[in-house]
Formats: sequence, C-alpha cells, structure tokens
Amino acid sequence: MDFEVTEFQSELAAGIRRLCEGRFPLESIRSREGTDQVIDRGGWKELGDAGVFHLCLAEEAGGVGLGLAEAALVFEELGRSLVPGPLVASHLAAGLVDGADDGTVVVGLVERPVPGAVGTGVLPVVVEHLADLDVLLVLSGEGIERLDPGALAADPLPRPMDPLTPVWSVADLPAGEPLAGADVAAWWRRDGAVLTAALQVGMAQWACDLAVAYAKERVQFGRPIGGFQAVKHLCADMAVRAEVARIAVQAAAVTVDQPDVGDGPVAAAGAKLLADEAAVTNGRSCIQVHGGMGFTWEVPAHLAYKRARVLATTFGTDDVLAEELADSLAPPGPS
Amino acid sequence: MDLRYSDAEQAFRSSLRAWLDATLPGLPPRPSPDDWPGRRAYDTHWQRLLFDAGYAGVDWPTEGGGRGSSAVEELIFKEELERAHAPYVGVNFVGLLHAGPTIIAEGTPEQRARFLPPILRGEEVWCQGFSEPNAGSDLASMRTRAVRDGDDYVVTGQKIWTSHAEVADHCELLVRTGPEDSRHRGISWLILPVDSPGVDIRPLHTIAGSTEFAELFLDEVRVPVANRVGEENDGWRVTMVTLSFERGTAFVGDLLEAVELLSTTVALARRTGAWADPGVRRQAGHLRAELDALWALTKRNVSQAARTGIPGVGGTYFKLAYSETRHKLGEFSLALLDRAGLAAHDLEGSDGLGVLPAGTMVEDWLRGISLTIAAGTSQIQRNIVGERILGLPKEPQAAAAGRKG
Repeated sequence: MDFEVTEFQSELAAGIRRLCEGRFPLESIRSREGTDQVIDRGGWKELGDAGVFHLCLAEEAGGVGLGLAEAALVFEELGRSLVPGPLVASHLAAGLVDGADDGTVVVGLVERPVPGAVGTGVLPVVVEHLADLDVLLVLSGEGIERLDPGALAADPLPRPMDPLTPVWSVADLPAGEPLAGADVAAWWRRDGAVLTAALQVGMAQWACDLAVAYAKERVQFGRPIGGFQAVKHLCADMAVRAEVARIAVQAAAVTVDQPDVGDGPVAAAGAKLLADEAAVTNGRSCIQVHGGMGFTWEVPAHLAYKRARVLATTFGTDDVLAEELADSLAPPGPS
Repeated sequence: MDLRYSDAEQAFRSSLRAWLDATLPGLPPRPSPDDWPGRRAYDTHWQRLLFDAGYAGVDWPTEGGGRGSSAVEELIFKEELERAHAPYVGVNFVGLLHAGPTIIAEGTPEQRARFLPPILRGEEVWCQGFSEPNAGSDLASMRTRAVRDGDDYVVTGQKIWTSHAEVADHCELLVRTGPEDSRHRGISWLILPVDSPGVDIRPLHTIAGSTEFAELFLDEVRVPVANRVGEENDGWRVTMVTLSFERGTAFVGDLLEAVELLSTTVALARRTGAWADPGVRRQAGHLRAELDALWALTKRNVSQAARTGIPGVGGTYFKLAYSETRHKLGEFSLALLDRAGLAAHDLEGSDGLGVLPAGTMVEDWLRGISLTIAAGTSQIQRNIVGERILGLPKEPQAAAAGRKG
C-alpha cells in the first residue's frame, strides 16, 4: 500500500497546470464572460492533444490507457484554472463519439428528468454550453442517447448565473439515438462524479489560494488581515476542506481503478459530496475574506463560487449522494 | 497511488489476525473504568502478551528493542487490533508512544538499558508532565522550576492533564532550568520517579465522569541529574524530536471506533424508525463520506511517513477535520436516542429487543468534546495551518512573546 502521488502522476499534473497557465490565463477566460460561446476551440484542441479527453481510453482505441487516478489529477488542474466547458462529458464520450478524444468535437451532457421525481414537469431542463456543442448526450437510467444540438428547440437564458456557463432552457427533451446501455450509463455516473469532484477540488484550492494571497496583502488596523485569527482561521478551514476533499477524490479514483480495495460507486459519491461542499464553501469564504471587494464583479472570487454551484448540480446533488451513501450503510425503509 | 496491500503486508496481517483470534478469548474480563489498579494490571498483562508474541513496540525502531515495522505494518497492526476489539494501549500509552521513543532518540545507553525493556514488557507505566495550569496552549511559558543541588535537581511546581498518574511509575517531566523568561530555550526533560517524596497526585474528574487524568503537585522533589534526557535547557528540542516518531497512525483506533459507532447509530435509527426520515439518512451518509475520507487521509499520511520517515502536514489537517466529524457523529447519535439519551448508561428498550446503547453513545459524545482541545486545541491547530502551511502573518501576541524569549 502506497497511497502517495507518484512522480509520474505529479509530473503529469504539473504539465497540465503549465498548459492551463499558458493557454487559459484568467483574463483570457474572463474575456468571454456573458457571451453564449465561451469555449476557445483552439484551446480545446490543445487540451485534446495533451490527452485530457483520451487519457483513460485504452491504447488500442487510440488513448493513453491511464487510470481514473491520473485523470482526477488532471481534472483538478483544469478546475484550478477555472477552464470552462463540458470537460467531463467530453472525457467520458471519448471512444463513443468520434472526435471527442482529440478535442475536435465538443460533447455536452444533460440528464433526462426522471418521471415522477421532485421537480420533473415543473423545472425546465437546462442545457449548458449549447451553442458550443457538436454533440449533446442525454444520460438516463436506461442508458445514453445522442442528440443534434443544432436541431434542439431551446430558449437561451439571457443571464446565466455563472457568466462562464451559458445556459438554455428546453421544454421537451426529445428521444435521441441510443448510444449505450444502462451499464455504460452507470459507470459514466461513477466516473463523472469523480472527475467533477476533481474539478471542484481544484476550484476549492484556487479559492483558498486567492483568499490567502489577499489576506497577506490587505492591511487594516495596521497589519495584514491574515494575521488576525478571525481571517486566519477562515483560511485554515479552507485549506483543510480542500485537502480532505482532494484525498477523498484521489481515493475514489484509485478505488475505481483497483476494484478489490473498495466500493467504487460509494467512494465516488462520498468524494463528490465532500468536493462539492469544499468548492461551494471555499468559494463563499473567499468572497468573505475579500470583504466588500469580494462582492464586486471585478474580483474573480465569485467565479469559483458560481461554477461550484453549477458543478454541484451535475452527477448527483448533495441530497442524492448522501442518500446513496446512506443506502450503503443500510438498505432504505424500516428494518 | 496504490491502495492494495503487498503480499508481505497481507502475510503480516494474516499472522497477526491468527494470533489475535487465538489470544483474545483467553483474556480476563475488563476492569471497570474507575478501577485504576485493575486497569493497570489488565493493560500491562496485555502488553506482556504482545511482547511474548513479538508485537511489542511494533512502531519502535529496532535499536530501541522494537519490531521496527514499516509505517504501513503499523497501520495494519492498529487496524487489526481495533477490528478484533483487542485491548487499547491504555496505561502504556505514554511509555510506548512518547517517553520510550524519546529515550530511544535522546537517552544515554544507561537510560535506554534501564527504562526501555520494562516499557516493552509491560512492567513499568509512564505518565506525562508537560502542561501546567498557566501553560496550556502556550506550553513554552511553563514555570515548574528545577534547581541544581549537587547530583540532584530540586523541582517545585505544578503539572496538569497528567494521564494515568495514579498508576504510573515514572513521569516524563518538562521543567524550567533556564531563566524565568527563557521560554523554549530554558527547558529540560527529566525522568521523575512518581513515588519520590514531595510528589502529590490529585485526580481530576472529567465531564465524562471518569478520572482520566490528574494534577501533579511537586514540592522540592529531588530528581537525580542522571535522569535528565538530553542536555540541560535542550528539553524543548528533545520533546519535538519525539513528535517525529508519529507516523500518521495516532488516530487509527479512534477512527475505526467512530466507523463502528456510525454502524451502531444506523442500527438504532432502523430500530426506532428514524431511518425512514431522509434527513436522518443523509446525515448518516454524510458522516460515512467524512469517515471514508479520513481513513484515506490516514493512508496518505502513513504512505508519506513510509517514504520520508516523517508525516507531512496531513496530521494537522486530520486532527482538525476528525474532531469536527466526531462532534457531528456524537450529536447525531444523541439526537436519535432522544430522551433515552438522558441516561449515561445502556437501558432497556420498550420493544423487548434488548438494551439501547445509550452508555456508549453518551460517553462517546462527551469524550468527543476533548478532541478539539487535547494535544493542541483546534484554534491553535488553525493558527498552525494558517502560519506554518499557508504562510500568513503570526499572531501579534505570539510574535511579541517570541521576541521577549
């Protein structure tokens, strides 16, 4: 047993970090705020060339043949740079949708509402990044369907909550071309939860770093505010939250890769639950540490908070995940 | 990142498991928590059994007479003992986990020969005299004085939170040998025989109703200079060296106990019907996620220690997160007991299905409160994370005290 990140793994992550810093600096990402197309296709292709989408695809299928553990480290870096777009969906689709693997085709994903579930029939289906998509996949309990995003009747929602996640409302999601069955849908949910959680961990860390940097330079009462326990402890809690969630995500990814060490879906649910919480809470704390400036559009603190909320609605909300975990402790209903 | 155990690690686990299966049924009944002589007899007997089987000092280096196991084997050792409900390290805690490793690292050959074997064989028990009534979080401000008089130090002062003092033979004692304001630079590490004239022990009752620790009053107690470990005024460093023996496994037993408590709590929720409530299920699910993450964090810390010899910053993160989770678990189980939790002991359920585990749950809830206080309060831990890991400016008072010292 050696649960330390290997040298190869940390080099892989460092390479992606360098790529993100060079290709997706915050000011360039932010230049697309509020537009209906936020994906830079050249940059997306570079992510594809770097292996972001085909990392886990078998070598004989043209992939790199690495595990979810490596993908989780890569996705943490993507999260840390706030790279917008359907990264997880395009990664999952590699091997199933032509061109997803090398980043020439952008694939989005939406969940089909479950009949009779809370909200179904009242809350509209909201699709992200529609104008950027080449392919839209629909995930349900039965499997995965494929839709042509250009042919979908959808209304743009003019003011998206996250300025880098443009959204459309779909009144009636049509049936698509069946692409895969329930078994594939099940592992997509599991791996999608882990990779989304990895993005959240990256953002939780980004929010912590931004808050710490500000706390070191902002002077009040004659000293940097980070010297006051009230602020220092907010920052310390952010660091702890990010680290615990990071470990949960890495353990879940390794558990999926090494099925004999535990229950992959349960570990994935736990990781997503903690990572959502870390990203959302750290996003909120980051704004708080910035005080009034944190409430301005200019300071980017709100971007991580908002994106964390977007990702928290995908691959299992906290209530759904917590119930899955509860079911792992005991079957539902009275004993 | 590999969570699979190697063949050698699995072999270690199997042979340990077989030994536990054969040994545990033969143990005498456990003494009551307030029967200190009984607890000493029980815990030291268990230590002797471990010694005879080659499992004494599994985490000690071989040069100190220990097994010299890897950090991973140490993790397996603690995991298997907890899963088999083997006795806790108990009164041997300070000797095995603190005083012993300190003497291995910093003691003279004579001190090693004299003090180490009796710890491993379960013959001598140690307690710790570090904190003082006015030196808690700010340990370096301690005032218990040791004045040189010939071949002895004459020690006067007061210590507090001295676990197992009533049944200890020796106390690892930090004393001020330098000037009053010398802080870290004027402290020495002494071995105090607890039966020395002038030592007065008064047990403290905890909010859990037990007497886990005591106050130690020292009135002109003579301690031989030969009992000093390390150089005079170098006791702070001597103490810190021991901390590097901690390889991330300190909370393994505790954490697995929490996992078991969660199962007990879920069983209670199913029995009372509370499990039908989504809010209750989600709380349980959330706790499972947190405990799983903490178990993974333990494995990360152990893996780092196995590679580098010392655990990274994960130990501080672990303690902060774990103590919060434990509080939540305590509150959760207490809420499920409802008014049955007004008894601090097991009581019959009205369904005729046997006792309700109020004893375990109430005690656990109360004991859990100490986790955010003992071995560095959560507030001090957050200062450590903020200052040493995140590089934020130091506290004004701490900075001033540091200058003064």
